[in-house]
Amino acid sequence: MIVLLADTGGAAINWHTVMFYVVALAACGFAAMVAVSSNIVRMAFALIVCLSAVSGLLFLAGAHFVAAMQLMVYVGGTVVLLVFGVMLTAQKAFVSMKTTAGDWILGLVVGGTLLAILGQLIFAVPEWRHSDYQARAEAELAAYEEQLKSHIASGQDVTEAQRRRLADLITLARQGHPEETAQIGLALVGVRADRPSPEVAGYSGYLLPFEIVSVHLLVVLVGAAYLARAKRRRKPLLSSGVSTP
Amino acid sequence: MSFLTEPIGLAHYLTVGAFLFVAGIVCMATKRNALGILMGVELVLNGSVLNLIGFASPYFRQENLGLDGPAIALFVIVLAAAEAAVALAIALNFYNNHSTIDVDQADELRG
Amino acid sequence: MAEYFAAWFPAGWEFLGYTLAALLQAILLVHVIALGAFVFIWAERKVSGRIQDRLGPTRTGGAFGWLQSLADGIKLLSKEDLMPKDADPLLFRLAPYVAFAAGFAAFMALPFASGWVALHLNVGLFFLIAVLGLEVFGVILAGYSSGSKWALFGAMRQAAQVVSYEVPLGICVVIPLMICGTMDLVAIGDQQRGLFTNWLIFHDPFIFLVFWVYFTCAVASVNRAPFDLAEAESELVAGFLTEYSGIRWSLFFMAEYGSMILVSALAAILFFGGWNGPLPIFSALMDNFSYLAECWWFSTLANLLGVVNLLLKASIGVIAMMWVRWTFPRLRVDQVITMCLKYCVPIAAVCFLGVMVWTALGVPFMNDLLPSQNRALVREGWVHESDQRAVEFLQRLERNSDQGGVE
Repeated sequence: MIVLLADTGGAAINWHTVMFYVVALAACGFAAMVAVSSNIVRMAFALIVCLSAVSGLLFLAGAHFVAAMQLMVYVGGTVVLLVFGVMLTAQKAFVSMKTTAGDWILGLVVGGTLLAILGQLIFAVPEWRHSDYQARAEAELAAYEEQLKSHIASGQDVTEAQRRRLADLITLARQGHPEETAQIGLALVGVRADRPSPEVAGYSGYLLPFEIVSVHLLVVLVGAAYLARAKRRRKPLLSSGVSTP
Repeated sequence: MSFLTEPIGLAHYLTVGAFLFVAGIVCMATKRNALGILMGVELVLNGSVLNLIGFASPYFRQENLGLDGPAIALFVIVLAAAEAAVALAIALNFYNNHSTIDVDQADELRG
Repeated sequence: MAEYFAAWFPAGWEFLGYTLAALLQAILLVHVIALGAFVFIWAERKVSGRIQDRLGPTRTGGAFGWLQSLADGIKLLSKEDLMPKDADPLLFRLAPYVAFAAGFAAFMALPFASGWVALHLNVGLFFLIAVLGLEVFGVILAGYSSGSKWALFGAMRQAAQVVSYEVPLGICVVIPLMICGTMDLVAIGDQQRGLFTNWLIFHDPFIFLVFWVYFTCAVASVNRAPFDLAEAESELVAGFLTEYSGIRWSLFFMAEYGSMILVSALAAILFFGGWNGPLPIFSALMDNFSYLAECWWFSTLANLLGVVNLLLKASIGVIAMMWVRWTFPRLRVDQVITMCLKYCVPIAAVCFLGVMVWTALGVPFMNDLLPSQNRALVREGWVHESDQRAVEFLQRLERNSDQGGVE
């Protein structure tokens, strides 16, 4: 997390917070537009912006790999698929279909209740409302700098390990937590590099889910291609746009 | 303007995730277009991805999910793409057979 | 750069310095696309003219007609702003900006020299490829919102082409990633420092083949001929661009030329050493004379020449794309998809296996002629900045303790 204003002075604006609010407002606003709009093409466009904003939120949380994956797979794949479907079925009559007011009221009541329950749950845990990452990182850096100052003042040289630790602490305080993409890759092939004891239950790698998802994707590919094939028509069409399988 | 000076906590991410989830549910409940319902499903899954990443981020909690968050989020994203593909194939088949994408017209099996 | 500007402002107002730095970087990036489009549109007309045994533009602005792009721009700005009756007004106006935004966003993660990148991401390469895939939305929106079925057909075909070619493009891009072990484009470029035999394209024969597959997929991805069936005048008038005229049309073309520059620059970084020249003049000087490595103007000069190197290589790539355009006939849509699924994907997959086996076995090739540095050491490069700060802090401490412990 980057505090871009000077530490001195009363209230320094936290730019990470500002960016979070901007992107979160975009995500929530366009999600509301998806839910409220009745024009299917506008809904698709709002979904694109909403999912891109969610990717921005993931970048802000430090999960760079997942955020780029969201952009590539979700926005660049799933939503493209949806938009293709929308284009293929967007005849005049189906572009804008209105829902009755009764359905709207029911939906909003259910949704509102769920949102109220979730909100109450979220704000019931006081530790979740604040984050002390920045304060902790800066305190640790200041303490280590003091330690090094006294170390040098007493005439000793700084070892390589101490310099490395200082650089690590500076990274944590200024640039944020470095993301270890290699660890995600290793976890997907079954090696958990972050936990000390791999024998403890729950700390295993993700090799089995990875293989299952791979086979799952293959099955889905074949199944969707089969479901969406062009079918042989019993009586021939006049136009030449249909190809027989 | 004090809320702009404090660092973001986990509750903020969970709120956005909850809002997306509820928007997806409202979308699923109120749309007549089959593809609109599918968009609601995408929103729900994105809310869950935000939750997972929020709990795994080192910026919000010191004991966090670690690698489990991004790994499960990856699986969620990939499986959502797979499910969207199949749902789209079904929706297009429905459109080809009934010449309408309105799910209110899908009542042939009604007893 | 950001800290340099922030030092100009009084305490509490440093964010203005950061805003200034961000604005400067944004302006530079927009100018890469704008000036690039300006130069390459003129270059296209000259190159196509020469290939067709004629001169191209010769009148505007002197002997070589180099102001032709400016004249084109003025003409396009002054055209009437048309919109068809059946068009969706909001989406029709929005589509060119979506296409341009996707192209421009990818430039944010592209490094122009060692450390000279607007957004230094650990997953820079992945982000770039992901954002390149978002250009398809501009195309689809344009085709749909034009309100004519020919535009819609053209947009669908083009979107199908772009989306299918992302698969072999992704495989081709993963191969240099695998060799370098990092998605950080700055680290990939830094690992190719030294003599030109250190460039990744000379790592093994498979990756040499992969570069040509990448080039094909890149040309298809940016919808350049011979894959430009969406702009095929004889079939679809102008595809998704049919109803666009004036400044909106020119935005689409700036997006297309921006993408061409981007994929060429990406090829330069991934395969041809990026900002490293063929002879390691500056790196040899910096390795041997440590005084030079520390003075800021020398490294800035080296980086500036690196930018020139990268832009030169990107320009060669773009001119090669133009050359290909005016040499080959246009492919049909089924030929395009056949090329992707039956040729590019299997060749890329086989080369992927080949490179993997070659790297795992450690078979030496041209890269090992004059190895300049350990790849693993360069890989963790993104903490260099904090390394610098740590070194500065310690130097300050040592200087102060030499002066008697007062600071």
